[in-house]
Amino acid sequence: MKNYFSKNKDTLITLGIVAFAYVIIEIMVKQGAISSLFKGLLVPLCAYVILAVSLNLTVGILGELSLGHAGFMCIGAFTSAFFSKLTVGVINPDWLRFVFAILIGFVFAGLFGFLIGMPVLRLKGDYLAIVTLAFGEIIKNLMNVLYVGRDSKGLHVSIKDAVSLGLEDDGQILINGAQGITGTPKDSTFTAGFILIMISLIIILNFIKSREGRAVMAIRDNVIAAESVGINVTRYKLLAFSLSAALAGVAGVLYSHNLNSLMATTKNFGYNMSIMILVFVVLGGIGSIRGSVISAVILTLLPELLRGLSTYRMLIYAIVLIAMMLFNWAPSARAFRARIIAKLPFGAKKALNEEV
Amino acid sequence: MAFLSYLINGISLGAVYAIIALGYTMVYGIAKMLNFAHGDVIMVGCYTVFSVVSMMHLPVWLGILLSIVVCTVLGVTIEAVAYRPLRQASSSLTVLITAIGVSYLLQNLALLIFGANTKAFTSVVPIKAVKIGDKLTITGETIVTVLACIIIMIVLTLFVNRTKAGRAMLAVSEDKGAAQLMGINVNRTISLTFAIGSALAAVAGVLLCSAYPSLTPYTGSMPGIKAFVAAVFGGIGSIPGAFIGGIILGIIENLSKAYISSQLADAIVFMVLIIVLMVKPTGILGKKIQEKV
Repeated sequence: MKNYFSKNKDTLITLGIVAFAYVIIEIMVKQGAISSLFKGLLVPLCAYVILAVSLNLTVGILGELSLGHAGFMCIGAFTSAFFSKLTVGVINPDWLRFVFAILIGFVFAGLFGFLIGMPVLRLKGDYLAIVTLAFGEIIKNLMNVLYVGRDSKGLHVSIKDAVSLGLEDDGQILINGAQGITGTPKDSTFTAGFILIMISLIIILNFIKSREGRAVMAIRDNVIAAESVGINVTRYKLLAFSLSAALAGVAGVLYSHNLNSLMATTKNFGYNMSIMILVFVVLGGIGSIRGSVISAVILTLLPELLRGLSTYRMLIYAIVLIAMMLFNWAPSARAFRARIIAKLPFGAKKALNEEV
Repeated sequence: MAFLSYLINGISLGAVYAIIALGYTMVYGIAKMLNFAHGDVIMVGCYTVFSVVSMMHLPVWLGILLSIVVCTVLGVTIEAVAYRPLRQASSSLTVLITAIGVSYLLQNLALLIFGANTKAFTSVVPIKAVKIGDKLTITGETIVTVLACIIIMIVLTLFVNRTKAGRAMLAVSEDKGAAQLMGINVNRTISLTFAIGSALAAVAGVLLCSAYPSLTPYTGSMPGIKAFVAAVFGGIGSIPGAFIGGIILGIIENLSKAYISSQLADAIVFMVLIIVLMVKPTGILGKKIQEKV
């Protein structure tokens, strides 16, 4: 037992922090110490945390930049919302339906991650980034022209307009093109979000430590070396990418079941969202899962709490992104940092160690 | 006849893509980085022309000149402040993320300064439309755009192959270290590349907004990404490749808008990118580089 604790110390600390934060917020909600604006933020916040953590799997562990993460979230959101709308009143109780919806979001987003990853992961660097961006935009565009309706004869699908569905009088439009899905049951709660964060964290942290995760990191550090020791590069890359996509799908489920009307716009499932998640990952530290959680929370709550700041929110994100990259990665900034640390009385030893 | 007019519009749009793609392809060839902010430099150029011509009522030529100057300075500054410090960084991911940050910064600055409202851009092209037969009209914008694109491509090819600075660019794109040993100032060469690319972006912006006269802070980002698709399509690093890729992409986009679905046109353009990268990642005119251990 003791061995187990020392082996998984990092994981347990991360989970502990999240659980602690959850308890504090729950108490504050019960005491009524929280404004309704803040309450409305809690579920999206959980979705953002999951997105940040899952994108970190691609960017930090796999070492490839994906700019289409919001696309996978979109898949998860739409498939699950569609499922929930179909089965409202069919599957009881509600929580069971929500569990199924989550599974569906997970599976479909993962499936798309797998299908997209298969051709795309052969590319790397800039090309991979631009192709994932392209896929994200394609998914968003397709969602905007997709019409699905239901009547006594079954489901009708069209990519033209609602009229061409040819519904009978008793028909009901489920997905209405650019208007998206309306009337999704509001199943997402803060507690559900918390549980999903915990599950995602456990999955990802264990994945990183597993044999597969180490293989993925070996590929990140040196593809040719990894191949030469017999690691199946394609397989492990695909595994990490699909897992990351599937978890983004879960975040999409959470997101969609919190909204009355779900639409695929540039703001929520487009390029902007992908960039926002990337900012979370970069600020938290590329490769640091705990950092992603913390930065997602801070960057979501801070602009909302400081009211006047919300106009400048995106501007601040952009500056944070550039400054963090320069500060953390530019060789001159690193040398400067090392010099500063060396000058501090307690830092001299640390700096020496880093030299070696 | 309808087909012909769609085709001509496609070529016109494609010529704009080609001019933007030239900037992309030169920067990519030399700095080996995807300059995500390139599309937003276009937007800055458009806003400059808009403020000079529509808000201050100064002559058009001054607007275009100022926009070229502003974009050139902006491009060189971005390179020096954001990209140069990261050139020696271990991972190529870092500079890509920084470029995205710069792109985001420019968009949001424009949003704060000019607001989210769409601005009506007045065309700066003085030429009247030419009518051929009854149904076919070629707008002045189309004529100017295509001519500008061809002239720019020829001048650029001559510049790169014939002048000393141009050859320095070629050398830096082949091998930075070796070029430095030959006495080429690598930093200055890269700055020059960014300057040329950004000046082209300004020209492209003016032409783009003359043909599609609505201006928002996000005007540049989509054409920017599509121009990158064009550059990849034609073979990245190749000047004639960017031209061919741009024209073909413009035609594909306009024809799919006309005959398939206007909402799906973007998706189709991106599908082209994916197919090209799957089938021939080096593009139509690109060179294959073998990776060594």
